[in-house]
Amino acid sequence: MTETGIGARVKRKEDQRFITGKGRYTDDINLKGQTYAYFVRSPHAHATIKSINTAKAAKMPGVVGIFTSKDVAEDKIGGLICGWMIHSKDGSPMKAGPHPILAQGKVRYVGDHVAVVVAETKDQAKAAAAAVNVSYGVLPHVVDVGKSMTSKVQIHDAAPDNRVFNWSIGDQAATDAAFKTAAHVTKIDLVNNRLIPNAMEPRAAIGSYDTGSDHYTLYTTSQNPHVARLVISAFHGLAPEHKLRVIAPDVGGGFGSKIFIYAEEVVCVWASKRIGGRPIKWTAERTESFQSDAHGRDHVTHAELAMDRSGKILGFRVKTKAAMGAYLSTFASCVPTYLYATLLSGQYAIPSIYAEVDAIYTNTAPVDAYRGAGRPEATYVVERIVETAAREMKLDPAEFRRRNFIRSFPHQTPVIMCYDAGDYEAALNKALELADYKGFPARKAASARNGKLRGIGFSAYIEACGIAPSAAVGSLGAGVGLWESAEVRVNPVGTVEILTGSHSHGQGHETTFAQLVCERLGVDINNVSIVHGDTDKVQFGMGTYGSRSGAVGMTAISKALDKIEAKAKKVAAAVMEASADDVEFKNGTFTVKGTDKKMAFGEVALAAYVAHKFNSAEIEPGLKEGAFHDPSNFVFPAGVHICEVEVDADTGVTEVVNYVAVDDFGTIINPMIVEGQVHGGIAQGIGQALTEGCVYDTESGQLLTGSYMDYCMPRADNVPSFKLGFTMTKCPSNPLGMKGCGEAGAIASPAAVMNAVTDALGVRDLPMPASPQTVWKAMQPMKKAAE
Amino acid sequence: MPAISMKVNGKAVCGAAEGRTLLVEFLRDTLGLTGTHVGCDTSQCGACVVHVNGKAIKSCTALAMACDGAEVTTIEGLAKNGKLHPMQEAFREHHGLQCGFCTPGMIMAAVDIVKRNGKKLDEETIRHELEGNICRCTGYHNIVKAVQAGAEKM
Repeated sequence: MTETGIGARVKRKEDQRFITGKGRYTDDINLKGQTYAYFVRSPHAHATIKSINTAKAAKMPGVVGIFTSKDVAEDKIGGLICGWMIHSKDGSPMKAGPHPILAQGKVRYVGDHVAVVVAETKDQAKAAAAAVNVSYGVLPHVVDVGKSMTSKVQIHDAAPDNRVFNWSIGDQAATDAAFKTAAHVTKIDLVNNRLIPNAMEPRAAIGSYDTGSDHYTLYTTSQNPHVARLVISAFHGLAPEHKLRVIAPDVGGGFGSKIFIYAEEVVCVWASKRIGGRPIKWTAERTESFQSDAHGRDHVTHAELAMDRSGKILGFRVKTKAAMGAYLSTFASCVPTYLYATLLSGQYAIPSIYAEVDAIYTNTAPVDAYRGAGRPEATYVVERIVETAAREMKLDPAEFRRRNFIRSFPHQTPVIMCYDAGDYEAALNKALELADYKGFPARKAASARNGKLRGIGFSAYIEACGIAPSAAVGSLGAGVGLWESAEVRVNPVGTVEILTGSHSHGQGHETTFAQLVCERLGVDINNVSIVHGDTDKVQFGMGTYGSRSGAVGMTAISKALDKIEAKAKKVAAAVMEASADDVEFKNGTFTVKGTDKKMAFGEVALAAYVAHKFNSAEIEPGLKEGAFHDPSNFVFPAGVHICEVEVDADTGVTEVVNYVAVDDFGTIINPMIVEGQVHGGIAQGIGQALTEGCVYDTESGQLLTGSYMDYCMPRADNVPSFKLGFTMTKCPSNPLGMKGCGEAGAIASPAAVMNAVTDALGVRDLPMPASPQTVWKAMQPMKKAAE
Repeated sequence: MPAISMKVNGKAVCGAAEGRTLLVEFLRDTLGLTGTHVGCDTSQCGACVVHVNGKAIKSCTALAMACDGAEVTTIEGLAKNGKLHPMQEAFREHHGLQCGFCTPGMIMAAVDIVKRNGKKLDEETIRHELEGNICRCTGYHNIVKAVQAGAEKM
């Protein structure tokens, strides 16, 4: 291992600008002649729009333009799309209602975008927006996913019972038969609470139109600028792709919420032409983020697990109602289906599984992928029911899992996935040791002496990320391919630029990707730069989500580096007058077998561009190669997390006192960065379990958690320092052996925490978030019983 | 609009501001110092923390006018003569940042924490003192380590 190669804890190259205040986020950019947009949003959960009167607002100081759905229709700008087609089990396609960029005739959630005011300053736009007079006809609403299908409310004409689809996976008959032979059946009802992603940088956009070249530019907080350009071009019909540039500069966190194509960004770039090409800037206020960013989770599930006498799992049945919100967001439909139910086998050899999912409209913000996307929901169901089954059967939860682990690979589950490699017991053993599982009874007794209830909980998760191959996801309904692209440009002086279709918004690609180049080409890490996030600079790419940038994005770079090496060998051979087969490349130096001839990588790069020493008819000048990588399978990170909590018996306050995570991510490029990803994921999962929960008021349909005063983000004192460990089985489907690490923490941790809290309290279930109030309430019947 | 003047990062500056202009708006929009961020509007997230007359404040909750004549230090002014402040260095050394958006506020708050509590900080103190700064990326683990290490070198 070199100091900056694969496996090294290289300090991040990108940090210098962030720690000195020189990061360049969308809101930091100001264009000449810039105007500001402010959106008029629906104050109602569900209403018809009777009229919109803009006369008074238009006369307000600084107003440049006010636009509504009428203007959108005039310019024939298409609506927002959902890019994954799901068919119900009866074969019918999902029932998607229209999703215009400015509401047409009806609003369907509080915060729905109705009109936009463009003015010279932010304050003027906001003041004029308040003067836009919208007359609403209020309709009954439903915000609760459990009640939507049976309510009298109809949100979209296309879906009479508010059901978008009724989808199933697995073998129902085989599963029912397995239950008939069971010695024990565990049943559980779970709610996976709705979350609001809350990247610290609010969404923002600057749209501008160049009248001279008939060309649009959009700066936006996107995880995947090329996909944004494709959708804005092909579906909104704004401009062909070569007339539209999308730039995602520094992006302050995404967690999924910045994958999607939102109305506000499209409106800014479209309306710029309407005002003669002046740029239009919009930056979400935090409350707008709460109202209009795609939310996560919001599942209601009933699950049943069948076991034989020894605790061996025989079958698993799951029925889930998944909220979609008021409209289908960009990838909403694949989250509770192919990203969720395909993981219901967990780490266990389960002979038969059957799951049914109803995707349901509610009068709430759209729900889509949020860190983990479907996999945290699956893990929560599997790991809560497994822990509960172990308790019911009076088996140690570690032992119960051990008895059911998959032990040979590849392993075909009954729900599509074919796990390629893993060693689940190794992770369990390591986690038990790090958590000092044997010492738990003594710690529990010590806590009890201090008036505290101590509990321990496990989560043995598996996830599928690096979603692929394109043909397979296409057959499941995906509207896009899920490969990644890379271009390696070696400059004449031997410095290297990597143009990647991946996008970094905190993951540290500028460092990790450069490490791969150092490892392969032997160049100094300071001589490598990573270029991403600009459709005018970088070839089409798919962006960053689903923990795909290592396994898919870096593999594309690796393939392009293979080509660079092959070409450079030809050039070196020509210059050194040797056969290309005799040229070897190691540590940045080309040598000729059996001679002392050698050339440094930089010298070969220069020779490739000078092109004096070879026949250009045989070898093209230059040193630049590209590659597209479409993986042959998902990758399957897995691990075991163990959480230990102490609950204050008087106040109901839960403290996470010990948290152990042992993960198998295959080959790790930069352990420092990977550990950081795990830390952040765990904290988000602890947030889901203990503090966070999006609440819409049933009566009014209003979002009650619309700011940080009401939505409890985990603070530094809500989480402990974490104990991490790693095991390693190489992923066989990519040459580096990498799996993904970005979401694992958020996938594993909610179940580990809730298993610990329910263990501490001795209750079967508690709703998330297990806030002090919730826990305190749960303890009261026990206290009464004790009295 | 009335003119206000202050000393920002050691330099005298002046500019026009409305009565309602927030200090963070003045710094970002008038002075172009975009290292100070706005993350929440309700004074919870701490992305906007700067030092005014030596004390850490949330610049989204202070009027620019109220800081007329004040000495203000932002993240851009923390490094001296091209040398990073020990707290900046510690955040890089301990991987105390990911997306970087909360980082300027975190670092400015951390420097203030050390000023008020001394260089020997235990984990509990740091976690408690960071209650006014939210990070969504790091899970705080490495921020706590960075603050502890940065404090010792201050």
